[in-house]
Parts: sequence; C-alpha cells; structure tokens
Amino acid sequence: MEPVLDVTAVSMNFGGLRALNDVELKVNSGEIVALIGPNGAGKTTFFNCITSIYTPTEGEVWFTPKQGVRTKVNGMKPNLVTALGMARTFQNIRLFKNMSVLENVMIARHCRTTSGILGALLRSPAVRREEKEIVDRSYELLKYIGLHKFYNEQACNLPYGAQRRLEIARALATDPALLLLDEPAAGMNPQETESLKHLVLKIRDEMDMAILLIEHDMSMVMSLSERIYVMEYGCLIAHGTPAEVSSDPRVIKAYLGEEAHA
Amino acid sequence: MNELIKSIQVSIWFMFLTFPIMVIRVNAIEKSVIWRWENLALVGVGSFVLSFVWRWALRRKEAGDAAAASGGQEAGRLSALLENPALRLPIQVVLLAVFCTIPWFVTTYQTNILISFLLYVVLGLGLNVIVGVAGLLFLGHAAFYAIGAYSYALLNQYFGLGFWVALPIGGLVAALAGVALAFPVLRLRGDYLAIVTLGFGEIVRLLLENFSDITGGPSGISNIPRPGLLDMQLSVAGANIYIYYIVLALALVTIVAVTRLKDSRIGRALQALREDEIACEAMGIDRVGVKLMAFGLGTAWAGFAGVVFAAKTTFINPASFTFFESAIILSIVVLGGMGSNLGVILGSAFLVLLPEYMRAFSEYRMILFATAMVLMMVFRPQGLIPEKRKTYTVSDPELNAATGGQN
Repeated sequence: MEPVLDVTAVSMNFGGLRALNDVELKVNSGEIVALIGPNGAGKTTFFNCITSIYTPTEGEVWFTPKQGVRTKVNGMKPNLVTALGMARTFQNIRLFKNMSVLENVMIARHCRTTSGILGALLRSPAVRREEKEIVDRSYELLKYIGLHKFYNEQACNLPYGAQRRLEIARALATDPALLLLDEPAAGMNPQETESLKHLVLKIRDEMDMAILLIEHDMSMVMSLSERIYVMEYGCLIAHGTPAEVSSDPRVIKAYLGEEAHA
Repeated sequence: MNELIKSIQVSIWFMFLTFPIMVIRVNAIEKSVIWRWENLALVGVGSFVLSFVWRWALRRKEAGDAAAASGGQEAGRLSALLENPALRLPIQVVLLAVFCTIPWFVTTYQTNILISFLLYVVLGLGLNVIVGVAGLLFLGHAAFYAIGAYSYALLNQYFGLGFWVALPIGGLVAALAGVALAFPVLRLRGDYLAIVTLGFGEIVRLLLENFSDITGGPSGISNIPRPGLLDMQLSVAGANIYIYYIVLALALVTIVAVTRLKDSRIGRALQALREDEIACEAMGIDRVGVKLMAFGLGTAWAGFAGVVFAAKTTFINPASFTFFESAIILSIVVLGGMGSNLGVILGSAFLVLLPEYMRAFSEYRMILFATAMVLMMVFRPQGLIPEKRKTYTVSDPELNAATGGQN
C-alpha cells in the first residue's frame, strides 16, 4: 500500500533563512499523524509546502489520491492540489467572513462541480440540479459537523470554536483523501477540545481519510495520533508512537529546556 | 449647554476663517475697502446651525449603529418594503409598464435622459461585478465603454457592419480587452490595482486620440448609423424611441444576467475571491481563472453599452470617455451599494437624473456631488441599498423540529 503522503527531504529557504531542513514524513491511508514542535519550528511552513502555497526549495512531495496515481505535487497550483484530494484548515481562521455558513461550505464544492458562465446565465435543468446537489451536500456536511442550526448565519458571527469546526466542514466539502488540520483546537475550551477529538476520529473512521494535524494540546495529540513527528528549528528531531516520543530526551529538551535550566 | 458652547466655538472659528474673503472687499479702482459685516453675521448663524445639525446626525448614526449591534434591525424602511415578497411582483410590473410606455408621453429630450440613465445602469451593473462582487477596485471602466463604442463605429466605417452585428462583437471585444488587462494585474489588489486600471483607461483614450489615421483622432467619428427597424426610415424622434427600447431591453437582460451570475457557482467563487484569496485557492478555486472571468464579465457590459451609445449619439470622440466618466460609474456603484444590483440602479438614477433635472444648480454640481459623497461615506458607507445576501432554504424536518419551526 502506497502512503497517501510521502515527503522526501523537503527544505524551504526564505532568502538566507532555512525554515525547513530535510524534513521527511509519511502518512499512510486511514492514519492520524501529528506534527508537533515549539512555536516557530516550521510546522505551518511545512503545511504550506505540502499544499503548494509555497514551492519547496529542495525535495519532493508525493501524493496518492484515492484510486489515483502517485503524483508529485510540489510546484503545482494550490487549487489543483486541492482538486487532487488534499484539503486543509488554517491556523489563523480564514473563513469567508461575510458569507453565510452554508455558502462557506458550498464554495468548497467548486472543484467538484462544473457549471460555467453559460450555465449560470441559462440556468438549465442540469445546472439547477447541480446547484441543488451542492446545497444538499453542503448542508449534509454541516449536519455531520453539528453546525446545521447556523446555516444561514454569517460566518463571522459564529463563536470561535464553531468557526474552527466550520473550517473543517469546508475542507471536508472538497472530498479530500488527506485532511490537514492546522491547530484545530487552538483557543478551544476543554469540552470543545474533547468533542473535536471525537469529531476527528469520526471523520477518519467514517469518511476513510488520512489526517495530518498540527497541535499544541498534548492530551489531544497523545490520545488521537498513531504516530507523531516532532520538529524544532526547521528540523525533525524525533518520530514514533506517542509513547516513544514523549519519553524521547530530545523532545523533552526541546519543550522544557536543558535540565540544568529547568 | 455644552452643545451650545461647542456650536458657538465652531461658529466663531468659521467667522474668523472666512473673515478675509467674506467680509473684506478691496476696491482697487477707488482704492477703498468695503466692510461687509452682514456676511459675518450670516456665516456665524449658518455655521452655528450646521454644527448643531451635524452633531445631531452623528449622534443619530451612532445610536443606529448601537441598535443594529444589539440585534435591533433598523435596516431602513425602503429596503424592507422592496424585500417584501407580496409587494415585489406588483412593483416590478408597475415599473416595467411605466418604463415601457414612458417614451410616448415625454419629449425627445426626456427620452434622451432616460436612455443615458439606462446606459449608466448597464455600465454600473457591469462594474458592480468587478468592484462589488469580486472586490477588485477598478478605475478604468470608461475605457471599455470606449472600446465598445469604437468597435461599432470602426466596424461600420471600414466594413459596413450594421448595429445588430456590431452589438455582440462590441461586447466580445470589450470582454477580451478586459481579460487582456487582467493578465498583467493578476497579482495586484486594492490601491495598486486602481492605479493600473486608471492608467489603462487613459492609455485607451490617448490611443484613440492619437491614432488619427484610423480613429479620426480628437475629432472622432461622425455619421454612425442608428439601428434600423426592418428597413424603415425612422424620424429622429422615432429612432430615439427605438433606441430607448433597445437600451431598456439591454438593461433588463443585464439585470437578469448579473443577478443570475451572482447567485451561481461562478458568482460564489468571485465573492470568495473578494473575501480571502488564499483560502479561495486552498478550497480549490483557480484564482487566475476566476479573476480573468470577473474582468471579462464586467467589461463585456461596458462594451454593449458603448455600441448603443455610439448608435444613439451617431458621433463619438475620445472626449466622451475620460477618467471623469469612470469616476461617475464607480460613484454609482459605491453610492448605490457595492454588490447590490438594486442599489446600482438607484445610484445611477441619483447621479444621472438629478444633475439633468437640476440644471438650475449646474454651476454647483461638483460641490453638491462631493458633499453628497462625503455625507454618504460618513452616514451610510454601505451604500443606499446594502448588498442583500441570498439565503438558502433547506428542507430538513429535524432542524424545524429542533428550533420550533423558526427557520
């Protein structure tokens, strides 16, 4: 079985700054993998490299969609990467703030639908059917994520935790094979985090999806993920099961500092 | 009491500021100075009253904002009336009937004014796609108006093409020009985009002015034929009424087309582009394609309007397509309400019809214009009629049960 995501020795330079240095990472299908590390370690840069918002300076990113061929995605346009089956959420929430909750999800159906300008002008039965399918599917996803009560609210009026969940719903609407979550629990209270944990597990089990997440909430990371990668200063410093990683001296050093200083 | 003191201060300050120009008048021939003290009193009283009114209006606005924030919807009775579904159809029918019959009851002059009003509706709706829906600040709309007008004039002069053939060609040429302009400005946003499009508008005008061999230069092209109706010879008044109906049809088509576009998959992609470009790409929308589409869809309408304009006036020259024209069209969109089609129609009524019917004040037109714009930005920045979002209804029995049938 091919891994869904196979990143080989990716490096990213911003001028003289090396934000990522030879990062290697694999995500197998149906797996939940976490990427952790102190602030500024390069986790979000790594996400941006995978999703082609940045083009990595060196290295390759290989992605295998469901029933698809292994494709090299670095250097591709970000929208094509999404169309292939990789969807992400953002650390600093990037919803379409002035649009309704339902519309936010509907937009993400863009790459799975086809009607064009002429279709919009003529409103043929096929176009109307597609439009109805978009609405139905989007609503279904909102219901899945538990936000259907707010479907006509403006996205910016949702509470913070709900906005994070809406981002996940929006990402799911692109029918991804790999879901990238960038700090989904940031700013959530313990109950919200708990229900988010169940949601992530539910998505993985019911939608047959691999999930790669960046997270600072250690209890969530340890209980959710099958494997953990740890980054510091742009380099991978450890990799393994939660138990292995949490006892790794380098990881403890990265998070807590040297023993002498602690 | 506090308010009174503030107003007196303002009044004294204004009297002091305007003292040299309003009170002292030097008569250079008799070498004497005339002191016009009565003006001082007028300025004093005037600024006193105005400062009262100004602060009252500001307070009212703040109260309104607070009410809107606390959930009390004070959205304006006019838009509430227009949104009422029971009234909507009758209003539309009556308006349509009025617009269909009006040229038979008014003079040719009035018909002309209505034609230019409808032309600005088409132009405004086109620009609204770019500025209002896709959120790209665009200051060169008149260039595409010119491209449409000149396509008809030149095609007619050199190839003898008629109005009806030229109409789609004009729109197409303008759309292609819009897409061509969009390519180099793909990375620009906001002010930078505005500057480039403004420059493009001037380039087109200067080209038309200086390509004398082809375009006739500043003296323009004359004797452009009016559209024919089944080979009939129409009188000038008759031809005018005919053109009126063509523009009316064009405006109606534009309204329907733009509304449908806005509510479609493409329209949603345009709005997403306005909200957040990075999220837009991450959600699988091709940023480049959508931007090109926005430009093409917006400028095509300017091309259509240009062809009709050339046929209406039978004479065009570059002076009709200056930056001032672009500014008026943008003002229509901003004043009416960005993204709102109804707002654009009202905006063009305000900016095209009012100046025509208030010719008596034509000397003060620019002052009134500017004042209206400033007041608008302070008291109603979202425009006369703010954008109304499409609401989707979902039939979900569970949801209705959960919320007691409120949704």
